[in-house]
Amino acid sequence: MSVHDRIDEIVKGNNVVLFMKGSPLFPQCGFSSKAIAILDHLNVAYESVDVLQDMEIRAGIKDYSDWPTIPQLYVKGEFLGGSDIMMEMYEAGELQELVATHSLAKSA
Amino acid sequence: MAMQADEIEGMIRAALPDALVEITDLAGDGNHYAARVVSESFRGLPRVKQHKAVYDALGGRMGGVLHALQLTTAIPQN
Repeated sequence: MSVHDRIDEIVKGNNVVLFMKGSPLFPQCGFSSKAIAILDHLNVAYESVDVLQDMEIRAGIKDYSDWPTIPQLYVKGEFLGGSDIMMEMYEAGELQELVATHSLAKSA
Repeated sequence: MAMQADEIEGMIRAALPDALVEITDLAGDGNHYAARVVSESFRGLPRVKQHKAVYDALGGRMGGVLHALQLTTAIPQN
């Protein structure tokens, strides 16, 4: 399977997926850490992919998204942006709206 | 390898001539910057496209020599 197909499968197989450096418990970069903090604050149920554990995905995701940096957030198969965009959307209330619209919060 | 603030500003303004660009050196180490870019050209574009326009202006340096650029984009308020 090509790396594009692998990423495609991950992106389309999960409602919310964050490509990041490190794990949610131990993020290895400030930007990934910020992305996790926003998702956790909104109580979003998400999958994460540690690109440091998979060099093929680390390189491939930048082409797949046409976006140069990590973290990268996908919601419902669509690329939303990196941690700066997540923060802007959070501050504008747009991320909260998205979570509500698609029922992305963790179930109690 | 790092980039100077005025080099970052120059590249952004070369691609987006109307842009107001504010660069802040977050850590004082010439390696962690915040940039706020305000440009009329962002009007009507989703955030991803606004940020992408700035990344494109930096010509592939983003994610390479320029690891830590915290970016905010906005449209001018009249």
